[in-house]
Amino acid sequence: MNQHSSPTSTATQPIHLTLDGQPITVEPGSTVAVAIAIAGRTCRTSITGEPRGPLCAMGICFECRATINGIAHRRTCQVVCEPGMDIVTQ
Amino acid sequence: MTEHFPILVVGAGPAGIAAAVSAAEAGSRVALIDDNPEPGGQIWRAERNQPGPDVTHGGNAAHWRNRLAAASVTRLQGWSVFDQPEPMTLRAEREGRAADFSADRIILATGARERFLPFPGWTLPNIMGVGALQAMVKSGLPIRGKRVVIAGSGPLLLAVAHTLHAAGANVVAIAEQAPLSSLAAFTASLATSPSKLVQGLRYKAATLGVPFHTGSWPLRAHGTDRVTSVVLSLKGRAKEIPCDYLAVGFHLVPNIELPAMLGCRIEDGFDADFVAVDDLQHTSIPGIFCAGEPTGIAGLEASLLEGEIAGLTAAGRTLKAQHLVPRKRAASRFAARLARAFSLRPELKSIPQDNTIVCRCEDVTLGVLRPHPTWRAAKLHTRCGMGPCQGRICGAATSFLLDWNPSSVRPPMLPTLVSSLTSTEVSR
Repeated sequence: MNQHSSPTSTATQPIHLTLDGQPITVEPGSTVAVAIAIAGRTCRTSITGEPRGPLCAMGICFECRATINGIAHRRTCQVVCEPGMDIVTQ
Repeated sequence: MTEHFPILVVGAGPAGIAAAVSAAEAGSRVALIDDNPEPGGQIWRAERNQPGPDVTHGGNAAHWRNRLAAASVTRLQGWSVFDQPEPMTLRAEREGRAADFSADRIILATGARERFLPFPGWTLPNIMGVGALQAMVKSGLPIRGKRVVIAGSGPLLLAVAHTLHAAGANVVAIAEQAPLSSLAAFTASLATSPSKLVQGLRYKAATLGVPFHTGSWPLRAHGTDRVTSVVLSLKGRAKEIPCDYLAVGFHLVPNIELPAMLGCRIEDGFDADFVAVDDLQHTSIPGIFCAGEPTGIAGLEASLLEGEIAGLTAAGRTLKAQHLVPRKRAASRFAARLARAFSLRPELKSIPQDNTIVCRCEDVTLGVLRPHPTWRAAKLHTRCGMGPCQGRICGAATSFLLDWNPSSVRPPMLPTLVSSLTSTEVSR
């Protein structure tokens, strides 16, 4: 019953994924929040039009939320990039 | 679908790991549920592409990692608990799927978050928490050569300066709001806690060469699409410092939302609410324990001890747990001194202006909030605290700025898919 869920711990190849329709490549183990930052993007636009990025980086503030594989409002600071992921900033 | 465990531990930071390991080693069947990809919590957060917890910064992390690896603990990583559909059953979501986990005993080790205080410009990208920037760097954010200003309050400032410096960052300034007199008194009191003194000195030495300003804080940040500079008040003198990142956090606040939702008694602390527990970590709800920072910010050693005590007690090893209580009490006394040394000075209340956003989810400014007498009135009239974070960020800020008391926690605790509220058909 002892299950250690480390899907990323053995990956060594760069991860290819899509951010707002554009192909990007990140090092394995990077979070989606980091992928968005490396691409020079911000995660979301606030209701008054401000660009926003991660604030707490621990799943509390929701400032890093984005749509991942069609599921909206994912906290990108807690999601590790996987090959073929489709990320859409909000 | 409901999966049952005799003992369910929520949160895989030091307290949760210690609780799960201690209970499992005592022969109980234990599950450890956590919302991060890897165990370790914040202080032992796993480095990118490495299994957690992170042991590279020494201390007793390796000891606990090895015990966790050897223990028979069912690990449920990536699950966010958001509801209690019935007593002693927690509902959690992972990647859009929901499942119920029931237990005979529940140990809550939900940790702490950083306290954020608003200042003009604080919503700019690349301004984040002190622990947050460290977490981003551990998660792969390139920091080498980047100019970083670290500001706010608490022991985390020097600790993170140390790790960012080691990662190649150009830490240009550290601004601690507490006055030197408080810190000097605190450091002197550390003579009774030698291991912590050594820890502090080690960080200090490694960051030698970085200006460490006491009695100093951020006044405003500049930038258009991201921060480009910060104006610090350095002992009353304003100075603008260019930077690529501004890491700013004002010590920690306990994550009490899950314990509060489960009905555990919450008490007013020195500067934040905490979960009331007895010597053996029982909360006011039978069968529910709490360990670590939610019972009051006390740091790593206290969290590990509380975790051990909770795990042993939940597993029926009460006598063994009782032996640890004196050490826990000593660690808690350290916590009280810590809170006093880094208590927030009233000048910080005058930093945000009327047009400064306080609630980042709903973009509610201080000027809009001021006329309202209570947190509840402000919520109803301005939507402050009604966004996705549900007041977790602005609640601590308005508590300090306006003396409001953020009110009760109701399920779902987190924004959740409607399908998760109604169905747990898909098993994990």
